[in-house]
Amino acid sequence: MTRQHVRRLTLFMLLAPFLLWILLMIVLPHLGIFALSLREKVAPLVYTIGPKNYLDFLREPIYWNTLLRTASISILVTALTFLVGFPIAYYIAKIAGRRVKGALFLACLIPLWVSDLVRAYGWMILLRETGVVSSVLQWTGIVDGPVELLYNDATVVVGLVYTVVLFMIVPLASTLEGMDDSLIEAGYNLGGSGFTVMRRIVIPYAMPGIVAGSIIVFMLTAGSYLTPILLGGKNSMWFTEQIYEQFITRFNWESGATFGILLLLFTSLTVWLGLRLSGQSLATTVARSEA
Amino acid sequence: MIPSVRPSRLFTWSYRACVLAFFLYLIAPLTAAGVFAFNDSLFASMPWKGFTLDWFVGDTEPKIGLLHDNRLLKGLGVSFLVATMVSLASLLVGLTNAFLFERHWFPLKGLCYMLMIVPLVIPGVLLGISILVLASGIANYVENTFGYEPDFLRPGLPLVVLGQASFIITITSLVIAARLRKFDRTLEEAAFNLGASRTRVFLTITLPYIRPALIGAGLVAFLVSFENFNTTLFLVGSDAPLTVTMYDRMLKVGSTPVLNAVSLLLIVGSGALALVSVFVQLEKRRSPAPRAPRER
Repeated sequence: MTRQHVRRLTLFMLLAPFLLWILLMIVLPHLGIFALSLREKVAPLVYTIGPKNYLDFLREPIYWNTLLRTASISILVTALTFLVGFPIAYYIAKIAGRRVKGALFLACLIPLWVSDLVRAYGWMILLRETGVVSSVLQWTGIVDGPVELLYNDATVVVGLVYTVVLFMIVPLASTLEGMDDSLIEAGYNLGGSGFTVMRRIVIPYAMPGIVAGSIIVFMLTAGSYLTPILLGGKNSMWFTEQIYEQFITRFNWESGATFGILLLLFTSLTVWLGLRLSGQSLATTVARSEA
Repeated sequence: MIPSVRPSRLFTWSYRACVLAFFLYLIAPLTAAGVFAFNDSLFASMPWKGFTLDWFVGDTEPKIGLLHDNRLLKGLGVSFLVATMVSLASLLVGLTNAFLFERHWFPLKGLCYMLMIVPLVIPGVLLGISILVLASGIANYVENTFGYEPDFLRPGLPLVVLGQASFIITITSLVIAARLRKFDRTLEEAAFNLGASRTRVFLTITLPYIRPALIGAGLVAFLVSFENFNTTLFLVGSDAPLTVTMYDRMLKVGSTPVLNAVSLLLIVGSGALALVSVFVQLEKRRSPAPRAPRER
């Protein structure tokens, strides 16, 4: 065998697992739910192809309201996460001393790894009627009786920001960490105010990190299931919950698949728009922040 | 700290106060979940009724501790099994993917690279339902055509492993590829010149170099799999992993603080694994920048 042959053979042996994975576990399954979403039941075990499931979605206000609600809350959560996360990331990367920096990184890291479920459970213990916050409020005399702080939209938003904020801070802090301090100094030396330096120097430099963080945060929020349900209650009107309801409770797979495709379309569109507006690509943002 | 930039003292202190407040917000729910594991009450709620270890070791009704709660223990075992299989599979495919994209050129490589990243931006619920639909479709077809029921294609652990691996492979591929990219290929050429075989070069030169990334990626894969809920929920059969068992329990009224005991265990366990993965990979970067795991 010549070297050329060996290289060929290696390439095929490396391509095989990749193609098996991408085709069997990603591409085909998604084509499958797309096909299922176009299937109409005309009689028991008799099906035709058509857009009925999508029309049903449009005809039923509760469905598209849930999607709109999920979309708007996800965008709100992404914006809030940036507002909360940027100052913290900047502090870790540029203001804290070397020792403090390491400690703060670790302090971010550990909760990041703890399951969503445990974090949502922690909030339930803090916020429910018999919870810690309610007791403290009664003890200090601010309220007379127990207060239920769960099962409202504000709590869901606070909980979602909590669940995803570290996914914004970590890529942002890494990006800012790589920024040369003299760029900021030069900005000040040339007479820029703190605000101008932020807007003209720091933010443009951090753009890949900001976009990476925002995409991850947005995807995690729009696709989240536990936090909205545990903190918002069974009627929290979250789109992933609708998908679960159609698939598992009602066993209406056609309509569940339709909702899945709609969620995928909506999130992909938003991510694509975000990448276009910021002039980034998936490879420069998400891929880099993962590795 | 940038020495030449000196903001006012008031600004510095209020900034510090905000950062402190943020970290309090960060640990408050985890502390609450952990502390109530020691509350001597049937409910994980106020008032505080004194310290107990019953929620870990108790063996009498109604105080069944974690060590005697068979369903939770079984969930823990299932999660360990699934996470081990998912990390092994993801490491293997991740390794081949890293070599494929770092060392080879082939037609449509750019498109394939995009496809490799895409699973990270697909909601976990979608991965779950799409694999469920495809597997059920194949299972129905096989059953109707050959009269044989392929159990492994029905909801159950094999599907859970496939569903989780479908996106965890992306993570391991990216982590290993990033390390491989920094490798100096002249080292391999030197070894070839000295007469080493392909296998020998791989085992003695390349593999030791990427080992930190392999360990790190393996830990990430294990943790992400262990904590996965959204994809698992749709693929789970009769053997439920820990997260699904805990979730079912949480929705029930009157769940006991044994859930807090599990939570504390998970917090300590994942914290420890996270620390290990940071220190294993410290040598490859100057600052301890942590890696973001993926939860879905």
